[in-house]
Amino acid sequence: MTNGAVMQGLVIRNLVKEYVPGTPVLRGINLTIAAQGITAIIGPSGTGKSTLLRCINQLVEPTQGEIRLNGEDLVPLKGRALRLARRRIGMVFQEYNLVERLSVMENVLSGRLGYVSFWRAWLRRYAEEDIARAFELLEAVGLPEQATRRADALSGGQRQRVGIARALMQRPELLLADEPTSSLDPRTAIEIMELMTGLATSARIPLVVNIHNVDLARRFAQRVIGMAGGEIVFDGPPEKLEASHLRQIYGGEDWL
Amino acid sequence: MNALMREWQRYTPAERFGRWAAYFIIVLALVWAVRGIEIIPEFLTDAPEQMLDLLARMWPPDLGHYHPAVHQALIETLHIASLGTLFSFIFAVPLALMAARNICPYAGLNALAQLLLVTSRSVNSLVWALIFVAIFGPGAAAGTFAIAFRSIGFVGKLLAEALEEISPGPLEALRATGATNSHVILKGAWPQVAPAFWGVALFRWDINIRESAVLGLVGAGGIGVVLDDAINFFQWDRVATILLAILVIVILAEIIVTKLRARLI
Repeated sequence: MTNGAVMQGLVIRNLVKEYVPGTPVLRGINLTIAAQGITAIIGPSGTGKSTLLRCINQLVEPTQGEIRLNGEDLVPLKGRALRLARRRIGMVFQEYNLVERLSVMENVLSGRLGYVSFWRAWLRRYAEEDIARAFELLEAVGLPEQATRRADALSGGQRQRVGIARALMQRPELLLADEPTSSLDPRTAIEIMELMTGLATSARIPLVVNIHNVDLARRFAQRVIGMAGGEIVFDGPPEKLEASHLRQIYGGEDWL
Repeated sequence: MNALMREWQRYTPAERFGRWAAYFIIVLALVWAVRGIEIIPEFLTDAPEQMLDLLARMWPPDLGHYHPAVHQALIETLHIASLGTLFSFIFAVPLALMAARNICPYAGLNALAQLLLVTSRSVNSLVWALIFVAIFGPGAAAGTFAIAFRSIGFVGKLLAEALEEISPGPLEALRATGATNSHVILKGAWPQVAPAFWGVALFRWDINIRESAVLGLVGAGGIGVVLDDAINFFQWDRVATILLAILVIVILAEIIVTKLRARLI
Protein backbone atom coordinates (compact mmCIF):
# COMPACT_ATOMS: atom_id res chain seq x y z
CA MET A 1 0.00 0.00 0.00
CA THR A 2 2.88 2.33 0.79
CA ASN A 3 5.01 2.44 -2.31
CA GLY A 4 2.30 2.71 -4.91
CA ALA A 5 2.24 -0.81 -6.34
CA VAL A 6 0.81 -3.45 -4.00
CA MET A 7 3.14 -6.39 -3.53
CA GLN A 8 1.11 -9.46 -4.46
CA GLY A 9 1.56 -12.76 -2.67
CA LEU A 10 3.06 -13.37 0.74
CA VAL A 11 6.04 -11.42 2.01
CA ILE A 12 7.64 -12.39 5.31
CA ARG A 13 10.35 -10.15 6.71
CA ASN A 14 12.59 -10.84 9.68
CA LEU A 15 10.04 -13.09 11.39
CA VAL A 16 11.06 -14.13 14.90
CA LYS A 17 9.07 -16.32 17.27
CA GLU A 18 10.12 -17.06 20.83
CA TYR A 19 7.75 -19.19 22.93
CA VAL A 20 10.22 -18.77 25.78
CA PRO A 21 11.98 -15.39 25.78
CA GLY A 22 15.59 -15.79 24.67
CA THR A 23 15.14 -19.11 22.84
CA PRO A 24 13.86 -18.31 19.36
CA VAL A 25 12.12 -21.07 17.40
CA LEU A 26 12.19 -18.92 14.26
CA ARG A 27 15.35 -16.84 13.86
CA GLY A 28 14.54 -14.07 11.44
CA ILE A 29 12.76 -15.70 8.50
CA ASN A 30 12.75 -13.78 5.22
CA LEU A 31 10.57 -15.28 2.54
CA THR A 32 8.60 -14.09 -0.46
CA ILE A 33 5.97 -16.35 -1.94
CA ALA A 34 4.46 -15.49 -5.29
CA ALA A 35 0.74 -15.07 -5.83
CA GLN A 36 0.57 -18.56 -7.33
CA GLY A 37 2.44 -21.84 -7.15
CA ILE A 38 3.18 -24.69 -4.80
CA THR A 39 5.83 -24.21 -2.13
CA ALA A 40 6.94 -27.10 0.09
CA ILE A 41 8.71 -26.53 3.40
CA ILE A 42 10.84 -29.44 4.54
CA GLY A 43 12.88 -29.88 7.68
CA PRO A 44 13.25 -32.02 10.80
CA SER A 45 10.60 -32.09 13.50
CA GLY A 46 10.82 -29.21 15.94
CA THR A 47 12.56 -26.87 13.53
CA GLY A 48 9.70 -24.38 13.43
CA LYS A 49 7.82 -25.34 10.26
CA SER A 50 4.46 -25.52 12.02
CA THR A 51 5.23 -22.36 13.94
CA LEU A 52 6.05 -20.55 10.70
CA LEU A 53 2.75 -21.60 9.13
CA ARG A 54 0.78 -20.70 12.27
CA CYS A 55 2.44 -17.29 12.44
CA ILE A 56 1.05 -16.52 8.98
CA ASN A 57 -2.59 -16.81 10.12
CA GLN A 58 -1.69 -15.75 13.67
CA LEU A 59 -2.77 -18.94 15.39
CA VAL A 60 0.64 -18.30 16.90
CA GLU A 61 1.51 -14.69 17.63
CA PRO A 62 4.89 -13.69 16.14
CA THR A 63 7.41 -12.10 18.49
CA GLN A 64 8.58 -9.69 15.83
CA GLY A 65 8.65 -9.22 12.09
CA GLU A 66 6.31 -8.50 9.27
CA ILE A 67 3.96 -10.77 7.32
CA ARG A 68 2.32 -9.13 4.34
CA LEU A 69 -0.47 -10.86 2.43
CA ASN A 70 -1.19 -9.04 -0.82
CA GLY A 71 0.26 -5.90 0.74
CA GLU A 72 -1.37 -5.87 4.17
CA ASP A 73 0.75 -6.53 7.26
CA LEU A 74 -1.04 -9.16 9.37
CA VAL A 75 1.19 -9.03 12.46
CA PRO A 76 -0.30 -5.92 14.13
CA LEU A 77 -3.90 -7.04 13.51
CA LYS A 78 -6.14 -7.78 16.49
CA GLY A 79 -9.78 -8.66 17.08
CA ARG A 80 -12.10 -8.09 14.15
CA ALA A 81 -9.38 -7.01 11.74
CA LEU A 82 -7.48 -10.22 12.48
CA ARG A 83 -10.59 -12.33 11.90
CA LEU A 84 -11.20 -10.60 8.56
CA ALA A 85 -7.59 -11.38 7.60
CA ARG A 86 -7.93 -15.03 8.66
CA ARG A 87 -10.95 -15.42 6.38
CA ARG A 88 -8.55 -14.86 3.47
CA ILE A 89 -6.26 -17.72 4.53
CA GLY A 90 -7.35 -21.36 4.35
CA MET A 91 -5.60 -24.02 6.42
CA VAL A 92 -5.40 -27.80 6.23
CA PHE A 93 -4.18 -29.72 9.29
CA GLN A 94 -2.28 -32.93 9.94
CA GLU A 95 -4.99 -34.36 12.22
CA TYR A 96 -7.75 -33.01 9.91
CA ASN A 97 -9.26 -31.12 12.89
CA LEU A 98 -12.82 -31.77 11.79
CA VAL A 99 -15.64 -31.47 14.30
CA GLU A 100 -16.24 -35.20 14.63
CA ARG A 101 -19.87 -35.17 15.69
CA LEU A 102 -21.02 -32.81 12.94
CA SER A 103 -21.94 -33.90 9.43
CA VAL A 104 -19.54 -33.57 6.53
CA MET A 105 -21.71 -30.77 5.15
CA GLU A 106 -21.56 -28.77 8.37
CA ASN A 107 -17.83 -29.22 8.55
CA VAL A 108 -17.44 -27.85 5.04
CA LEU A 109 -19.86 -24.99 5.75
CA SER A 110 -17.90 -24.08 8.88
CA GLY A 111 -15.34 -22.67 6.46
CA ARG A 112 -17.85 -19.81 6.09
CA LEU A 113 -18.16 -19.14 9.83
CA GLY A 114 -16.25 -15.89 9.38
CA TYR A 115 -19.09 -14.66 7.19
CA VAL A 116 -22.28 -15.81 8.93
CA SER A 117 -23.86 -14.37 12.06
CA PHE A 118 -23.97 -16.35 15.29
CA TRP A 119 -27.74 -16.87 15.04
CA ARG A 120 -27.62 -18.05 11.46
CA ALA A 121 -24.86 -20.49 12.38
CA TRP A 122 -26.87 -21.68 15.36
CA LEU A 123 -30.02 -22.21 13.33
CA ARG A 124 -27.92 -23.66 10.49
CA ARG A 125 -29.36 -21.07 8.10
CA TYR A 126 -26.42 -20.87 5.74
CA ALA A 127 -26.78 -18.91 2.51
CA GLU A 128 -28.08 -20.84 -0.52
CA GLU A 129 -24.96 -20.06 -2.51
CA ASP A 130 -22.76 -21.31 0.32
CA ILE A 131 -24.59 -24.61 0.37
CA ALA A 132 -24.34 -24.85 -3.43
CA ARG A 133 -20.61 -24.15 -3.23
CA ALA A 134 -20.19 -26.74 -0.48
CA PHE A 135 -21.79 -29.37 -2.72
CA GLU A 136 -19.50 -28.33 -5.59
CA LEU A 137 -16.45 -28.63 -3.36
CA LEU A 138 -17.54 -32.02 -2.04
CA GLU A 139 -17.77 -33.11 -5.64
CA ALA A 140 -14.36 -31.63 -6.39
CA VAL A 141 -12.72 -33.49 -3.50
CA GLY A 142 -14.41 -36.72 -4.51
CA LEU A 143 -17.04 -37.04 -1.76
CA PRO A 144 -20.26 -36.19 -3.62
CA GLU A 145 -22.41 -38.71 -1.72
CA GLN A 146 -21.07 -38.13 1.78
CA ALA A 147 -22.65 -34.76 2.71
CA THR A 148 -24.93 -36.10 5.44
CA ARG A 149 -22.51 -38.58 7.01
CA ARG A 150 -20.95 -37.74 10.32
CA ALA A 151 -17.29 -36.79 10.09
CA ASP A 152 -16.27 -39.52 12.56
CA ALA A 153 -17.64 -42.15 10.18
CA LEU A 154 -15.07 -41.27 7.50
CA SER A 155 -11.63 -42.75 6.81
CA GLY A 156 -8.48 -40.66 7.27
CA GLY A 157 -8.19 -39.86 3.57
CA GLN A 158 -11.85 -38.89 3.37
CA ARG A 159 -11.51 -36.67 6.42
CA GLN A 160 -8.59 -34.83 4.90
CA ARG A 161 -10.68 -34.29 1.76
CA VAL A 162 -13.32 -32.67 3.94
CA GLY A 163 -10.57 -30.59 5.56
CA ILE A 164 -9.49 -29.37 2.11
CA ALA A 165 -13.08 -28.57 1.13
CA ARG A 166 -13.53 -26.60 4.38
CA ALA A 167 -10.40 -24.54 3.69
CA LEU A 168 -11.45 -23.82 0.10
CA MET A 169 -14.95 -22.90 1.29
CA GLN A 170 -13.34 -19.68 2.55
CA ARG A 171 -12.39 -18.75 -1.05
CA PRO A 172 -8.94 -18.06 0.40
CA GLU A 173 -6.21 -15.95 -1.16
CA LEU A 174 -3.64 -18.30 0.32
CA LEU A 175 -3.80 -21.97 1.29
CA LEU A 176 -1.63 -23.33 4.11
CA ALA A 177 -1.23 -27.04 4.84
CA ASP A 178 0.55 -28.31 7.94
CA GLU A 179 1.76 -31.89 7.37
CA PRO A 180 -1.47 -32.74 5.52
CA THR A 181 -0.33 -36.26 4.62
CA SER A 182 1.60 -37.37 7.70
CA SER A 183 -1.30 -39.35 9.14
CA LEU A 184 -2.10 -41.08 5.84
CA ASP A 185 -0.86 -44.18 4.04
CA PRO A 186 1.54 -43.58 1.08
CA ARG A 187 -1.04 -44.00 -1.64
CA THR A 188 -3.65 -41.79 0.04
CA ALA A 189 -0.92 -39.26 0.76
CA ILE A 190 -0.20 -38.93 -2.95
CA GLU A 191 -3.90 -38.69 -3.78
CA ILE A 192 -4.35 -35.94 -1.21
CA MET A 193 -1.32 -34.03 -2.52
CA GLU A 194 -2.58 -34.34 -6.09
CA LEU A 195 -6.01 -33.11 -5.07
CA MET A 196 -4.74 -30.20 -3.01
CA THR A 197 -2.16 -28.97 -5.50
CA GLY A 198 -4.68 -29.35 -8.33
CA LEU A 199 -7.37 -27.37 -6.55
CA ALA A 200 -4.94 -24.64 -5.46
CA THR A 201 -3.66 -24.32 -9.02
CA SER A 202 -7.12 -24.09 -10.54
CA ALA A 203 -8.16 -21.55 -7.88
CA ARG A 204 -4.99 -19.59 -8.78
CA ILE A 205 -3.91 -19.30 -5.18
CA PRO A 206 -0.52 -20.06 -3.65
CA LEU A 207 -0.19 -23.20 -1.55
CA VAL A 208 2.40 -23.45 1.20
CA VAL A 209 2.72 -26.98 2.53
CA ASN A 210 4.82 -28.32 5.39
CA ILE A 211 5.84 -31.84 4.56
CA HIS A 212 8.04 -34.53 6.05
CA ASN A 213 8.27 -36.60 2.91
CA VAL A 214 11.03 -35.21 0.69
CA ASP A 215 9.90 -37.27 -2.31
CA LEU A 216 6.39 -35.81 -2.12
CA ALA A 217 7.91 -32.32 -1.84
CA ARG A 218 10.03 -32.90 -4.96
CA ARG A 219 7.12 -34.37 -6.87
CA PHE A 220 4.48 -31.74 -6.20
CA ALA A 221 6.26 -28.47 -5.41
CA GLN A 222 7.72 -25.92 -7.78
CA ARG A 223 9.79 -24.55 -4.95
CA VAL A 224 11.30 -26.26 -1.94
CA ILE A 225 12.33 -24.47 1.23
CA GLY A 226 14.57 -26.35 3.63
CA MET A 227 14.56 -25.32 7.27
CA ALA A 228 16.95 -26.26 10.04
CA GLY A 229 17.33 -24.75 13.49
CA GLY A 230 14.68 -22.10 12.87
CA GLU A 231 16.35 -20.77 9.73
CA ILE A 232 15.99 -21.23 6.00
CA VAL A 233 18.99 -23.18 4.72
CA PHE A 234 17.76 -24.07 1.24
CA ASP A 235 15.47 -22.25 -1.15
CA GLY A 236 15.13 -23.35 -4.74
CA PRO A 237 13.42 -25.59 -7.27
CA PRO A 238 13.25 -29.30 -6.44
CA GLU A 239 15.83 -30.18 -9.15
CA LYS A 240 18.44 -28.20 -7.25
CA LEU A 241 17.82 -30.05 -3.99
CA GLU A 242 20.81 -32.39 -3.56
CA ALA A 243 22.12 -34.79 -0.98
CA SER A 244 24.41 -32.12 0.43
CA HIS A 245 21.38 -29.92 1.12
CA LEU A 246 19.50 -32.75 2.79
CA ARG A 247 22.54 -33.39 4.97
CA GLN A 248 22.48 -29.76 5.96
CA ILE A 249 18.75 -29.81 6.65
CA TYR A 250 18.39 -33.07 8.52
CA GLY A 251 21.98 -33.68 9.70
CA GLY A 252 23.95 -36.94 9.42
CA GLU A 253 24.19 -38.96 6.24
CA ASP A 254 23.67 -42.62 7.10
CA TRP A 255 19.99 -42.32 6.22
CA LEU A 256 20.54 -40.94 2.73
CA MET B 1 28.40 -58.30 43.97
CA ASN B 2 26.15 -55.50 45.08
CA ALA B 3 23.87 -56.05 42.14
CA LEU B 4 22.94 -59.47 43.50
CA MET B 5 22.06 -58.08 46.92
CA ARG B 6 19.33 -55.77 45.60
CA GLU B 7 16.10 -55.92 47.49
CA TRP B 8 12.75 -54.55 46.54
CA GLN B 9 10.16 -53.28 48.94
CA ARG B 10 6.97 -51.52 48.01
CA TYR B 11 7.19 -48.93 50.78
CA THR B 12 10.11 -47.25 52.49
CA PRO B 13 10.12 -47.47 56.32
CA ALA B 14 8.92 -43.87 56.49
CA GLU B 15 6.02 -44.62 54.15
CA ARG B 16 5.13 -47.71 56.23
CA PHE B 17 5.08 -45.65 59.38
CA GLY B 18 2.91 -43.05 57.64
CA ARG B 19 0.40 -45.70 56.57
CA TRP B 20 0.11 -47.14 60.09
CA ALA B 21 -0.30 -43.64 61.48
CA ALA B 22 -3.12 -43.00 58.97
CA TYR B 23 -4.92 -46.24 59.96
CA PHE B 24 -4.56 -45.31 63.64
CA ILE B 25 -6.05 -41.87 63.04
CA ILE B 26 -8.99 -43.37 61.12
CA VAL B 27 -9.78 -45.78 63.99
CA LEU B 28 -9.45 -42.94 66.50
CA ALA B 29 -11.85 -40.78 64.48
CA LEU B 30 -14.32 -43.67 64.26
CA VAL B 31 -14.32 -44.22 68.03
CA TRP B 32 -14.73 -40.51 68.62
CA ALA B 33 -17.65 -40.36 66.17
CA VAL B 34 -19.47 -43.33 67.70
CA ARG B 35 -19.11 -41.79 71.18
CA GLY B 36 -20.30 -38.48 69.76
CA ILE B 37 -23.65 -39.69 68.45
CA GLU B 38 -24.62 -40.90 71.94
CA ILE B 39 -26.49 -44.08 71.15
CA ILE B 40 -28.81 -44.87 74.05
CA PRO B 41 -28.56 -48.68 74.60
CA GLU B 42 -32.22 -49.06 75.57
CA PHE B 43 -33.35 -47.42 72.33
CA LEU B 44 -30.98 -49.62 70.35
CA THR B 45 -32.27 -52.86 71.86
CA ASP B 46 -35.94 -52.15 71.23
CA ALA B 47 -35.32 -50.70 67.76
CA PRO B 48 -36.47 -53.86 65.92
CA GLU B 49 -39.64 -53.87 67.98
CA GLN B 50 -40.29 -50.20 67.22
CA MET B 51 -39.69 -50.75 63.56
CA LEU B 52 -42.10 -53.66 63.39
CA ASP B 53 -44.67 -51.54 65.20
CA LEU B 54 -44.21 -48.74 62.67
CA LEU B 55 -44.55 -51.14 59.76
CA ALA B 56 -47.72 -52.58 61.29
CA ARG B 57 -49.20 -49.09 61.51
CA MET B 58 -48.24 -48.42 57.91
CA TRP B 59 -49.90 -51.60 56.67
CA PRO B 60 -52.15 -51.53 54.77
CA PRO B 61 -51.31 -48.22 53.04
CA ASP B 62 -54.22 -45.82 52.77
CA LEU B 63 -54.29 -45.87 48.95
CA GLY B 64 -57.54 -43.88 48.97
CA HIS B 65 -55.50 -40.93 50.20
CA TYR B 66 -53.55 -40.90 46.91
CA HIS B 67 -56.18 -39.00 44.98
CA PRO B 68 -56.23 -36.04 44.91
CA ALA B 69 -53.91 -34.81 47.68
CA VAL B 70 -50.81 -36.95 47.06
CA HIS B 71 -51.25 -36.92 43.31
CA GLN B 72 -51.29 -33.14 43.11
CA ALA B 73 -48.29 -32.88 45.42
CA LEU B 74 -46.45 -35.42 43.27
CA ILE B 75 -47.13 -33.44 40.10
CA GLU B 76 -45.91 -30.32 41.90
CA THR B 77 -42.72 -32.17 42.85
CA LEU B 78 -42.14 -33.06 39.19
CA HIS B 79 -42.66 -29.43 38.21
CA ILE B 80 -40.19 -28.26 40.87
CA ALA B 81 -37.56 -30.77 39.74
CA SER B 82 -37.95 -30.11 36.01
CA LEU B 83 -38.21 -26.32 36.16
CA GLY B 84 -35.40 -26.17 38.72
CA THR B 85 -33.12 -28.23 36.49
CA LEU B 86 -33.99 -26.07 33.48
CA PHE B 87 -33.38 -22.80 35.39
CA SER B 88 -30.02 -24.07 36.60
CA PHE B 89 -28.76 -24.24 32.97
CA ILE B 90 -29.18 -20.46 32.62
CA PHE B 91 -26.37 -19.94 35.12
CA ALA B 92 -24.55 -23.27 34.87
CA VAL B 93 -23.70 -23.02 31.15
CA PRO B 94 -22.14 -19.51 31.24
CA LEU B 95 -20.32 -20.33 34.49
CA ALA B 96 -18.97 -23.56 32.98
CA LEU B 97 -17.68 -21.65 29.93
CA MET B 98 -16.09 -19.14 32.29
CA ALA B 99 -14.53 -21.86 34.45
CA ALA B 100 -13.03 -23.90 31.58
CA ARG B 101 -9.45 -22.74 31.15
CA ASN B 102 -9.28 -23.69 27.46
CA ILE B 103 -12.38 -21.59 26.66
CA CYS B 104 -11.83 -18.59 28.94
CA PRO B 105 -8.15 -17.60 29.08
CA TYR B 106 -8.45 -15.26 32.08
CA ALA B 107 -7.29 -16.94 35.30
CA GLY B 108 -9.23 -14.44 37.43
CA LEU B 109 -12.54 -15.29 35.74
CA ASN B 110 -11.76 -19.04 35.97
CA ALA B 111 -11.29 -18.67 39.72
CA LEU B 112 -14.42 -16.55 40.14
CA ALA B 113 -16.53 -19.09 38.24
CA GLN B 114 -15.06 -21.96 40.26
CA LEU B 115 -15.84 -20.09 43.47
CA LEU B 116 -19.47 -19.52 42.46
CA LEU B 117 -19.85 -23.16 41.42
CA VAL B 118 -18.38 -24.39 44.71
CA THR B 119 -20.65 -22.04 46.65
CA SER B 120 -23.69 -23.43 44.89
CA ARG B 121 -22.62 -26.98 45.68
CA SER B 122 -21.55 -26.44 49.26
CA VAL B 123 -25.05 -25.34 50.27
CA ASN B 124 -27.47 -28.25 50.61
CA SER B 125 -30.80 -28.12 48.77
CA LEU B 126 -32.63 -27.98 52.09
CA VAL B 127 -30.60 -24.95 53.17
CA TRP B 128 -31.22 -23.26 49.83
CA ALA B 129 -34.92 -24.06 50.36
CA LEU B 130 -34.90 -22.42 53.81
CA ILE B 131 -33.34 -19.31 52.28
CA PHE B 132 -35.85 -19.13 49.43
CA VAL B 133 -38.81 -19.84 51.73
CA ALA B 134 -37.67 -16.77 53.65
CA ILE B 135 -37.54 -14.79 50.40
CA PHE B 136 -40.62 -16.02 48.48
CA GLY B 137 -42.62 -17.44 51.34
CA PRO B 138 -43.57 -21.13 51.52
CA GLY B 139 -44.50 -22.87 48.27
CA ALA B 140 -43.28 -24.39 45.04
CA ALA B 141 -41.44 -21.23 43.88
CA ALA B 142 -39.02 -21.52 46.80
CA GLY B 143 -38.51 -25.22 46.01
CA THR B 144 -37.84 -24.52 42.33
CA PHE B 145 -35.19 -21.93 43.14
CA ALA B 146 -33.62 -24.17 45.78
CA ILE B 147 -33.29 -26.98 43.22
CA ALA B 148 -31.96 -24.58 40.58
CA PHE B 149 -29.32 -23.03 42.83
CA ARG B 150 -28.10 -26.38 44.11
CA SER B 151 -27.93 -27.77 40.54
CA ILE B 152 -25.87 -24.88 39.13
CA GLY B 153 -22.74 -26.08 40.89
CA PHE B 154 -23.25 -29.70 39.92
CA VAL B 155 -24.06 -29.15 36.24
CA GLY B 156 -21.55 -26.29 35.92
CA LYS B 157 -18.63 -28.19 37.41
CA LEU B 158 -19.17 -31.33 35.34
CA LEU B 159 -19.74 -29.31 32.15
CA ALA B 160 -16.58 -27.29 32.79
CA GLU B 161 -14.61 -30.52 33.21
CA ALA B 162 -16.05 -31.91 29.99
CA LEU B 163 -15.13 -28.65 28.21
CA GLU B 164 -11.54 -28.84 29.43
CA GLU B 165 -11.20 -32.33 27.99
CA ILE B 166 -12.28 -31.54 24.43
CA SER B 167 -9.82 -31.82 21.59
CA PRO B 168 -8.26 -28.42 20.78
CA GLY B 169 -7.71 -29.20 17.07
CA PRO B 170 -11.21 -28.40 15.78
CA LEU B 171 -11.25 -25.15 17.79
CA GLU B 172 -7.96 -24.14 16.19
CA ALA B 173 -9.31 -25.01 12.74
CA LEU B 174 -12.42 -22.89 13.21
CA ARG B 175 -10.39 -20.00 14.60
CA ALA B 176 -8.24 -20.23 11.45
CA THR B 177 -11.33 -19.66 9.26
CA GLY B 178 -11.83 -16.25 10.88
CA ALA B 179 -14.67 -17.35 13.17
CA THR B 180 -15.40 -15.37 16.33
CA ASN B 181 -15.01 -16.94 19.77
CA SER B 182 -18.76 -17.44 20.06
CA HIS B 183 -18.77 -19.27 16.71
CA VAL B 184 -15.86 -21.42 17.86
CA ILE B 185 -17.73 -22.36 21.05
CA LEU B 186 -20.97 -23.01 19.14
CA LYS B 187 -19.54 -25.09 16.30
CA GLY B 188 -16.31 -26.44 17.79
CA ALA B 189 -16.81 -26.88 21.53
CA TRP B 190 -20.54 -27.52 21.88
CA PRO B 191 -20.72 -30.51 19.51
CA GLN B 192 -17.88 -32.08 21.47
CA VAL B 193 -19.50 -31.64 24.90
CA ALA B 194 -23.15 -32.10 23.91
CA PRO B 195 -23.33 -35.79 24.93
CA ALA B 196 -21.67 -35.04 28.28
CA PHE B 197 -24.00 -32.09 28.83
CA TRP B 198 -27.18 -34.07 28.20
CA GLY B 199 -25.87 -36.92 30.32
CA VAL B 200 -25.21 -34.54 33.23
CA ALA B 201 -28.52 -32.72 32.78
CA LEU B 202 -30.55 -35.93 32.83
CA PHE B 203 -28.64 -37.26 35.82
CA ARG B 204 -29.26 -34.02 37.68
CA TRP B 205 -32.99 -34.12 36.81
CA ASP B 206 -33.07 -37.62 38.24
CA ILE B 207 -31.37 -36.44 41.48
CA ASN B 208 -33.64 -33.40 41.64
CA ILE B 209 -36.79 -35.52 41.61
CA ARG B 210 -35.50 -37.27 44.73
CA GLU B 211 -34.34 -34.04 46.34
CA SER B 212 -37.54 -32.11 45.66
CA ALA B 213 -39.46 -34.87 47.46
CA VAL B 214 -37.96 -33.72 50.78
CA LEU B 215 -38.06 -29.95 50.19
CA GLY B 216 -41.64 -29.87 51.47
CA LEU B 217 -40.31 -30.68 54.95
CA VAL B 218 -39.14 -27.06 55.16
CA GLY B 219 -42.21 -25.70 53.41
CA ALA B 220 -40.82 -25.45 49.88
CA GLY B 221 -43.73 -27.22 48.19
CA GLY B 222 -44.10 -30.63 46.62
CA ILE B 223 -44.82 -34.03 48.06
CA GLY B 224 -42.72 -33.32 51.16
CA VAL B 225 -45.51 -31.07 52.46
CA VAL B 226 -48.08 -33.88 52.52
CA LEU B 227 -45.45 -36.26 53.92
CA ASP B 228 -44.70 -33.83 56.73
CA ASP B 229 -48.41 -33.40 57.49
CA ALA B 230 -49.05 -37.15 57.57
CA ILE B 231 -46.09 -37.75 59.90
CA ASN B 232 -47.14 -34.93 62.23
CA PHE B 233 -50.64 -36.42 62.54
CA PHE B 234 -49.23 -39.97 62.97
CA GLN B 235 -51.20 -41.11 59.90
CA TRP B 236 -48.73 -43.88 59.14
CA ASP B 237 -50.95 -45.58 56.54
CA ARG B 238 -50.90 -42.31 54.58
CA VAL B 239 -47.15 -42.01 55.07
CA ALA B 240 -46.83 -45.46 53.50
CA THR B 241 -48.87 -44.34 50.46
CA ILE B 242 -46.69 -41.27 50.02
CA LEU B 243 -43.44 -43.24 50.33
CA LEU B 244 -44.72 -45.72 47.74
CA ALA B 245 -45.62 -42.86 45.40
CA ILE B 246 -42.11 -41.41 45.76
CA LEU B 247 -40.56 -44.83 45.12
CA VAL B 248 -42.64 -45.30 41.95
CA ILE B 249 -41.80 -41.84 40.58
CA VAL B 250 -38.07 -42.29 41.30
CA ILE B 251 -38.04 -45.64 39.50
CA LEU B 252 -39.95 -44.15 36.54
CA ALA B 253 -37.48 -41.24 36.36
CA GLU B 254 -34.60 -43.70 36.41
CA ILE B 255 -36.11 -45.68 33.52
CA ILE B 256 -36.80 -42.55 31.46
CA VAL B 257 -33.29 -41.18 32.04
CA THR B 258 -31.65 -44.45 31.07
CA LYS B 259 -33.66 -44.65 27.85
CA LEU B 260 -33.09 -41.01 26.90
CA ARG B 261 -29.39 -41.18 27.62
CA ALA B 262 -28.98 -44.21 25.39
CA ARG B 263 -30.68 -42.27 22.57
CA LEU B 264 -28.83 -38.97 23.01
CA ILE B 265 -25.27 -40.24 23.19
